[in-house]
Amino acid sequence: MENYPSYFTSRLNEALGWARKYSIFQYPFITACCGMEYMATACSHYDVDRFGAGLPRFSPRQADVLFVVGTISHKMAPVLKRIYDQMADPKWVVAFGVCTCTGGFYDNYATVMGIDTILPVDVYIPGCPPRPEMVLDGLMKLQDKIQDQHTTGVRAEPQARPDMFDTGAGK
Amino acid sequence: MSAAVSLIDHVAEQFPEAVIASHSYRGDDTLVLRHEQLHEVAQFLKNDPAFQMNFLMDLAAVDYSVFGQGPTPAFFASSGVALRPSPQIPDEDPWPGPPEGARFVVVYHFFSTIHKHRLRLVVPVDESALEIDTVSDLWPGANWLEREVWDMFGIGFHGHPDLRRILMYDEFEGHPLRKDYPVKKRQPLIGPVN
Repeated sequence: MENYPSYFTSRLNEALGWARKYSIFQYPFITACCGMEYMATACSHYDVDRFGAGLPRFSPRQADVLFVVGTISHKMAPVLKRIYDQMADPKWVVAFGVCTCTGGFYDNYATVMGIDTILPVDVYIPGCPPRPEMVLDGLMKLQDKIQDQHTTGVRAEPQARPDMFDTGAGK
Repeated sequence: MSAAVSLIDHVAEQFPEAVIASHSYRGDDTLVLRHEQLHEVAQFLKNDPAFQMNFLMDLAAVDYSVFGQGPTPAFFASSGVALRPSPQIPDEDPWPGPPEGARFVVVYHFFSTIHKHRLRLVVPVDESALEIDTVSDLWPGANWLEREVWDMFGIGFHGHPDLRRILMYDEFEGHPLRKDYPVKKRQPLIGPVN
């Protein structure tokens, strides 16, 4: 009997996660050229609607996932933060393109060096711009993360990246 | 081309005291003007039937304070910018170099959609008197371009209707395209300095 409520709850949560990961309402915060690749991903050729993310909402209050697409300048940063704050929980953030991940090649007076300096980021999709395949891969990773959160009750930690440069060979 | 040469001569005849220098590099006519006569000459260029420069294509500034003091960055070395004229192309009138005794220049690119000719004005501005006359009363498009020059270089425009920053935020201190603005200086509105 002791296990019964938690068993039931976790199954319900799993169902909730399943429902949420296939009904992603995204808020596209598009500032730069990555937007073209976002559109390519969203349109019928790659069709982001196959993953249940086909309905962008242009109000942050109706959105689950903030897609930050394109370079964020210091002038824009407070606006982005405000958009994020206006979104209702549960919410996730995707950094789309290398400028949002790290600032990219804009190491200058105007650019935010990665939006994770001002927001928590769930999925990073690097690339300049990323191919639609990478975007779909990132979207599926986000779906896994949403599902995990509801299955295990905790938000998944980012996985450690394999060390690409220390191969051990030739030493 | 002969008509292009006469553009320079025409202005030099009309305003002998305003023209400091002139050159025509590969068909680009350029006049170096004193800033005191800038507005007068600009008005002439716009209204004179021989010029009718009705289109201000661009308005920008250059900071020459460290020009020539370091090696040319590798990225620009092969671009053949007028630093070293090519021996293959006979060039009787090369670029005269940065202006003497002035840190900045403001550059105006004019085009006439009627005569299909172009003219460039170069106006040296020294650090001691960082203000020149606006041309936004003649070409309304100069309004935002002059605001950009003010924002990036800190050169003022006398008579401008609304001289505010246009690209950077109001809290930003300094003028980022000046060569003495530290390359690594960051002024974020929110978030860490990085």
